[in-house]
Amino acid sequence: MVIKMAKQYETVIGLEVHVELATKTKIFCGCSTAFGGAPNTHTCPVCTGMPGSLPVLNKKVLEYAVAVGLATNCTITQFCKFDRKNYFYPDNPQNYQISQLYLPICRNGSVEIETETGKKQVGIHEIHMEEDAGKLIHDEWEDCSLVDYNRSGVPLIEIVSEPDMRSAEEVIAYLEKLRMMIQYLGASDCKLQEGSMRADVNLSVREAGTAEFGTRTEMKNLNSFRAIANAIEGERERQIDLIESGQKVVQETRRWDDGKGESYAMRSKEDAQDYRYFPDPDLVPVVVSDEWLAEIKAAQPEFRTEKMARYKEEYDIPDYDIEIITGTKRMADLFEETVKLCGQPKKVSNWLMVETLRLLKEKEMEPEDIRFSPEHLAGLIRLTDEKVINSTVAKEVFEVMFENDTDPEKYVEEKGLKTVSDEGALRKAVEDVIAANPKSVEDYHNGKEKAIGFLVGQTMKAMKGKAEPGMVNRLLKELL
Amino acid sequence: MELRNMTAAGLAAKIKAKEVTVAEAAQEVLDCIEEKESLYHCYVTVDKEAVLKKAEEIQQKIDCGELDGLLAGVPVAVKDNLCTEGMRTTCSSKILENFVPTYSAEAVRNLEKAGMLVIGKTNMDEFAMGSTTETSAFGVTRNPWDVERVPGGSSGGSAAAVAAEECFAALGSDTGGSIRQPASFCGVVGMKPTYGTVSRYGLIAYGSSLDQIGPITKDVTDCAALLEVIASHDEKDSTSVRREDTDFTSALTEDVRGMKIGIPRDYFGDGLDAEVKEAVRRAAGVLEEKGAVVEEFDLSLVEYAIPAYYTIAAAEASSNLERFDGIKYGYRTAEYEGLHNMYKKSRSEGFGAEVKRRIMLGSFVLSSGYYDAYYLKALKVKALIKKAFDDAFAKYDILLGPVAPTTAPKLGESLADPIKMYLGDIYTISVNLAGLPAISLPCGKDTKGMPIGLQLIGDCFQEKTLIRAAYTYEKAGKEHGYKDGKTI
Amino acid sequence: MGMANIISDETIEYVGILAKLELSGEEKEAAKKDMGRMLDYIDQLGELDTEGVEPMSHVFSVQNVFREDVVTNGDMREEILKNAPGEKDGMFMVPRTFE
Repeated sequence: MVIKMAKQYETVIGLEVHVELATKTKIFCGCSTAFGGAPNTHTCPVCTGMPGSLPVLNKKVLEYAVAVGLATNCTITQFCKFDRKNYFYPDNPQNYQISQLYLPICRNGSVEIETETGKKQVGIHEIHMEEDAGKLIHDEWEDCSLVDYNRSGVPLIEIVSEPDMRSAEEVIAYLEKLRMMIQYLGASDCKLQEGSMRADVNLSVREAGTAEFGTRTEMKNLNSFRAIANAIEGERERQIDLIESGQKVVQETRRWDDGKGESYAMRSKEDAQDYRYFPDPDLVPVVVSDEWLAEIKAAQPEFRTEKMARYKEEYDIPDYDIEIITGTKRMADLFEETVKLCGQPKKVSNWLMVETLRLLKEKEMEPEDIRFSPEHLAGLIRLTDEKVINSTVAKEVFEVMFENDTDPEKYVEEKGLKTVSDEGALRKAVEDVIAANPKSVEDYHNGKEKAIGFLVGQTMKAMKGKAEPGMVNRLLKELL
Repeated sequence: MELRNMTAAGLAAKIKAKEVTVAEAAQEVLDCIEEKESLYHCYVTVDKEAVLKKAEEIQQKIDCGELDGLLAGVPVAVKDNLCTEGMRTTCSSKILENFVPTYSAEAVRNLEKAGMLVIGKTNMDEFAMGSTTETSAFGVTRNPWDVERVPGGSSGGSAAAVAAEECFAALGSDTGGSIRQPASFCGVVGMKPTYGTVSRYGLIAYGSSLDQIGPITKDVTDCAALLEVIASHDEKDSTSVRREDTDFTSALTEDVRGMKIGIPRDYFGDGLDAEVKEAVRRAAGVLEEKGAVVEEFDLSLVEYAIPAYYTIAAAEASSNLERFDGIKYGYRTAEYEGLHNMYKKSRSEGFGAEVKRRIMLGSFVLSSGYYDAYYLKALKVKALIKKAFDDAFAKYDILLGPVAPTTAPKLGESLADPIKMYLGDIYTISVNLAGLPAISLPCGKDTKGMPIGLQLIGDCFQEKTLIRAAYTYEKAGKEHGYKDGKTI
Repeated sequence: MGMANIISDETIEYVGILAKLELSGEEKEAAKKDMGRMLDYIDQLGELDTEGVEPMSHVFSVQNVFREDVVTNGDMREEILKNAPGEKDGMFMVPRTFE
């Protein structure tokens, strides 16, 4: 019998991450970037490629790109230019995309990631600015496609990593780190599902211990961390199978179908992949002076490590809470703003750590999707502090607030959820409960202390939960 | 003097003095078009009714003192590659045959702000690619001096319309000589301003780094006035330059004493017609008599301008013209199978032969493996050419030479051999590569009776020096004038 | 004079894919000849020593032209769609793109 030793393969992964910047207007025209407009209502001659229209760069796009570059330890290209990438497709109104090839705004950076195997640096090859494409909608009825240019010209940065990652775990750690940094900068909300952060995975495999890279493929259409992890596993296996069966991996772009768990090549004869890049003559070079660079640097917000240290100093909350809360810009902002309003860091942290995390998990939401405002959370805390509602009611109110950012004070008022502090009404209810439950009363008098718990429950039920349990307890003991 | 013989500035003065109404001027132009258009075919589109209505509106504004610009009330023609809101803009191409822009080019808006009356859109070489106006999809324009000859191009319709009095002045665009050469062939004045002086917003691009809009007029005074109207800094055009010195009419003075004029020897070599050479030398003599210091020198690199230009212009054009794809506007083929077939058929049927030739060349020089050898090399040669001009302007205030090697050729003679046609651009092209201003003005006629053009080239932003020299020459020389008003 | 640049059928076909142009047999032959001649002509540039010369895309040193990040455009949908050869539901209608 021949024992065949299974070969060991190493996966080599580099990422191209597109991030939509949080500007109010598009990269080259004064159209709004807001989501949700009716088709083509956020368009103008520039972002629909009308003849004679010309682009003018949005200054904020450059500032965000530089800020991300600084946060990822890049060298900023102080003389940079835009190039045209030429290819025909209906979502690209000029049939060229304005991007950067020759002199991208940032180069040679790195991001530190941490996984179970320890800390590691992932190199950033470059970051460049470019414009997003429009949206294609398929019309089955007419058997045609329809084009909406509302997203055409929305500013993007593309962050190109070095092929430094070796596993899905590292990829996810890298993406989470990038996302957190960019969110902290306020440069983007980085939502994968909505497409404001998109990752293309370049992957190759090689026999462990070899120095040369294998042939890589590029995987597109990955819109969740899960899809990314699945695609990496799927593509790794596909490439190993090819190699093991003596076939060659073809350098190509593949589209991942997460539903089917497989990918397919996006090639076409009409797709020459020869983009004929050249400097865009309609745009002038961008020169980032030392002074301007220093200004952008000075305006950088507090990052996570600094924030964690400050929380430790300022707030008496557990380290674990600090880690979770500073894990996203959204949580940290929410925490700080609510504390500013109510001055109770412990209670705010509790609401975030317990109820908020529970509901996020239950509803499969990200912290960025949180809708309730700091004002309303502070309001809810005040209601419990002032014993206007009890903790059970508070949890109910929180759920409603979590759903629609409902004002808790108004809600409690409208729904009549206030704890009844009128002793007369409560005394009456207690008397009724005592009268209706002679068996329990007897048990109590016979020394069964537990029976009082039942009576408290009955009273609370009669009061529809709106009583202060301590008060019920006191009255029961008094009347018994 | 008949109304139609007047210059634009002369007409504006009469309108201001209430001796002529805007409607009368408009009617005169429309009559002229009616009479001569079947002969010359200068226009692609004239909207008669809109013109007369607009004339009334302008008159009212003049009457109430709202408009008192240099050329208020003057009818003007616009090359058909400048977008005009509500008026068809075709670039003389089938692919844009029915395109009606919803906005106007900044230069056109400036005309309107100044109270000028846009009469219509003039014929041109398709997408400004050509030197004869024969590549128009809507038929050739004929030279008013000899209808068997071309008016030049690509702004042939504008130059012919001014020469034939079918308008008082016109706008053209110049990528490699497209204002100066037709002006020269038609015996009128044409100027390509310094790159960035006139906004390109709304100019349908050919070669974006080379394109400039400029005036085509009956004389130098009109040229200065019209340039003053259209020059502006525009925030919508990133390459637009903020200039404080756009009061060009202030340079209309007869004074070239001490002005240093360089004559590039390279502009007088083989291929230059003897009669053209003689006329241009004579013009230099006139300026010398007026006190200029004229000297010959070697500019160098002249023969390399054409290959560098055609590489850069074709590359930019191949990208600029990608947007014409049958989706957002313009021609879409009737039958097709799928997206890419629709693209290919629409573009192949919509574009003419010369446009396709340049798109193919441009796509090739940018394609993988050729970019460095062709495109990048051309950009380096451009840098050398610019340097040669910088050296020349260190010694001279202006340069003087011919506009084109010959006077207007016969119809049908040029297109057969593209390289020969491209060689005709040898004296105009390097000016675009270096972004310089240059003016073309009449300096005589050859024995066939065709006008000869004199070209004056200035350093960047030195339009005023050019205007001063051109004005001085025009006043001194007896040999000038457009076709019908004055005689050469 | 013979041509130094011989343009093959494949090259013309390839450039046609890039430029989205479909040439007839006759046009293709003409294009091969034209392009070969033009490239021969352009090859003259090789005679110039451009070692160390910076490629010049812009003639002047105009730089840092920006817009402020302020919304200036409203709904222009009607104008934008005015010239569309195909339109449906406020969108441009195009042949089915494969997905």
